[in-house]
Amino acid sequence: MTRKANSRQRLQASLQSGTDLPVLRPRSEVAAAYAEKDGLAFLRLNLKAWHGLVLLTLLLFSAGVAEAQSGNGREGVFSILIKWTPLLLDGFVFNILISVMSMALGTVVGAFLGLMQISLLPQVRFGSWFVTQFFRNAPWLVLLFYAMFMLPFQFEIAGVTIPFPDWVKAVIGLSLPVMANVSELVRGAVQSIPSGQWEAAESLAFTRRQQIWQIIMPQCVKRMLPPWMNLYAILTMATVLASVVGVNEVMTLADQVKAAEGGRTDLLAPLYGYILLLFFIYSYPIARLTVQLERRYAVKI
Amino acid sequence: MDIFYNWFRELYEATGINLPIFYNTFDRERFFSGLMMTIYLSAVSLIASVVIGVVGAWLQGSKLVWTRRIVQVYIQFFRNTPPLVQMYFFYFGLSALLPTFENEYGFQQPILGAFAWACISLSFFAGAFNVEIFRSGIEAVPETTREAAESLGYSRLGAYIHVILPLAFRVCLPALNNNLVNLVKTTTLAYAIAVPELLYVSGQIWSDYANVPEMMTVLLLIYVGLVGILVMSMNRWERAMRLPGYGT
Amino acid sequence: MSTANWTDDQPIVSLKDVHKSFGDFEVLKGISFDVKKGEVVCIIGPSGSGKSTLIRCINALTEINSGSIKVEGIEVNDPNLDKLELRKRVGMVFQQYNLFPHRTAIQNVMMAPVQVLKQPKQEVEERAYALMKKVRLDGKEHSYPGELSGGQQQRVAIARSLAMNPQVMLFDEVTAALDPETVKEVLATIKDLAQDGMTCMLVTHEMGFAKEVADHMYFTDQGVIVEDGPPAEFFANPRDERTQKFLGQII
Repeated sequence: MTRKANSRQRLQASLQSGTDLPVLRPRSEVAAAYAEKDGLAFLRLNLKAWHGLVLLTLLLFSAGVAEAQSGNGREGVFSILIKWTPLLLDGFVFNILISVMSMALGTVVGAFLGLMQISLLPQVRFGSWFVTQFFRNAPWLVLLFYAMFMLPFQFEIAGVTIPFPDWVKAVIGLSLPVMANVSELVRGAVQSIPSGQWEAAESLAFTRRQQIWQIIMPQCVKRMLPPWMNLYAILTMATVLASVVGVNEVMTLADQVKAAEGGRTDLLAPLYGYILLLFFIYSYPIARLTVQLERRYAVKI
Repeated sequence: MDIFYNWFRELYEATGINLPIFYNTFDRERFFSGLMMTIYLSAVSLIASVVIGVVGAWLQGSKLVWTRRIVQVYIQFFRNTPPLVQMYFFYFGLSALLPTFENEYGFQQPILGAFAWACISLSFFAGAFNVEIFRSGIEAVPETTREAAESLGYSRLGAYIHVILPLAFRVCLPALNNNLVNLVKTTTLAYAIAVPELLYVSGQIWSDYANVPEMMTVLLLIYVGLVGILVMSMNRWERAMRLPGYGT
Repeated sequence: MSTANWTDDQPIVSLKDVHKSFGDFEVLKGISFDVKKGEVVCIIGPSGSGKSTLIRCINALTEINSGSIKVEGIEVNDPNLDKLELRKRVGMVFQQYNLFPHRTAIQNVMMAPVQVLKQPKQEVEERAYALMKKVRLDGKEHSYPGELSGGQQQRVAIARSLAMNPQVMLFDEVTAALDPETVKEVLATIKDLAQDGMTCMLVTHEMGFAKEVADHMYFTDQGVIVEDGPPAEFFANPRDERTQKFLGQII
């Protein structure tokens, strides 16, 4: 089936490209055809709404099993889920908030760190490379612990006490790996720009600062966008780690719901399933968009 | 060795930097067993996730639409939800719904323990990424190369084993290595379900001694070192596997 | 099997009324011709005329819809075709070389005889070195495909096919992807082969070469053979209007 489809495509392509002129195809055309063949195979995702439906079924199934086990005289799992939905959604919004703030902080600091990695000064280059590698290789949860325990509860600047609540520390802790990854992204993107661009800019008397900001960076943004969005998706998944260190986000609230319902263990599967679904609904469209952007930019560059 | 251990005791007495994992035998063994548990957990999940990846990629080439769809749902589900919640879902949720058995002390015991559930959830999580990685590797091998093998008399399976898989493997090695490094970092999540791995035993130690800054720093250094060694050996492997004359 | 009643004086490749469609599009509309042992046949024609499809059908890379293709008496259009028996007899060289980039040149040549035909490695190795010499690449045995030029890769591909000791060699536009300067060395290799008495079928755009090496020319257009004949006559006095037009454009 696919083989036939393939050969058919090839055939049609050859029919379209070839006029009936019996000449050798121009070399550039031939080369282009090969380049296309040898190019990276991009992940093709055919994602449909029914993916979500299947998930929902899974949730309903686990809820159903729990329902069956709950027996008489106890509240059904569905009504409990519905009852606590406002609270859980509040918690989930907090997760999103943490992810957005960490992403913003990590991106800004990471971008500067990345630019330092392409500095002309070897010391700056090595220092920023070291910082980047260090935070990239450390597990997210360990970095989060580090931020939680090592940052003070409050800052005192000129006699004014600035409190440092747990969630702010979580934002900082999560922004550390984001920073390191953004730094690598920037370095990678800049290095993927052909050296001819730098030379051309230099020959037109741009200063180095101008070369970076006006010639190189604008070309990098496009190729950095899909991996940057990927990183955001990973960060969103990591916000639940904040529950391990006691921030009041959705997972912590789920535990409180369980406690409020008398610690029923049969509630856990539907509760966690519900949270899985919330995350899926939020990050699945982002994943789709990322894939689409990847494809679009891949064609143009 | 004793001189080395004693040096840390003196360090504590002189500066207050308390690292009992070096001078106290019990804590040293506890910490070491945590390190071993992390390595063990990583190794088991790593192998299982690669197996899931290969099998999943093979299933994705299936002619049956529903087989492909189920694999696709699996991939999307595990990629787009937090691994920690997955682990909770498995360990607290599913485990509570599964039957229990009576152990030798007469207690009810779940069929699978925390370690098993950690392995299962980590393998499925990393496996979802591996499926796509392997598939893109197989797709990157040009159709014409397969045809060349076929025209030399190779059977479908023969061409797969001798030509397509060796090439696909090389293509996807960087992405695979990246994912495996991530997996090792993700094993820290097992802390949350009380698997006594490195982070968990460190937590025990710092609550015993109240030496959070020292332990955190040691922990961070060990993880960075561990992952660094892994990254370095993977890079070396990648270089050894590189196709001569292709790319830089 | 059916090869038993095949003798040397019968055509080694025989096509009868071969039809092939891709979906609604009919590429081959009833092709028939014979190739005798030791003959060199060149197929020319405009792009999309089905000449590459034709040659791929002989090697069962593309299945035909109806008609008959026989190679040494083996019917290719047979659902129970023993593909290995066919491919031992028919070697094929592709436009894209299609060497296996993870193996050295000599390993590429040795792979199929050792892994598919299960021949002893020692014997295959000797033959492989001789073949590398024959395609004038002695000294390059341990280079990887990525380290060789296009022309060198194509010659390794020829040696790789010859290692299977085929009775017929198929060449599918083997010089179309090459630099002009390396085309010559590949053509010289093919010419050597032809002079050694190998049965060859070539799809090519190299008219000068075809004229020099071919025993018989075929011109295909829109899925049919428009004209055929010995090269001297074929190039000097093409009878059909389409052939005249084609040759007029290319020369």
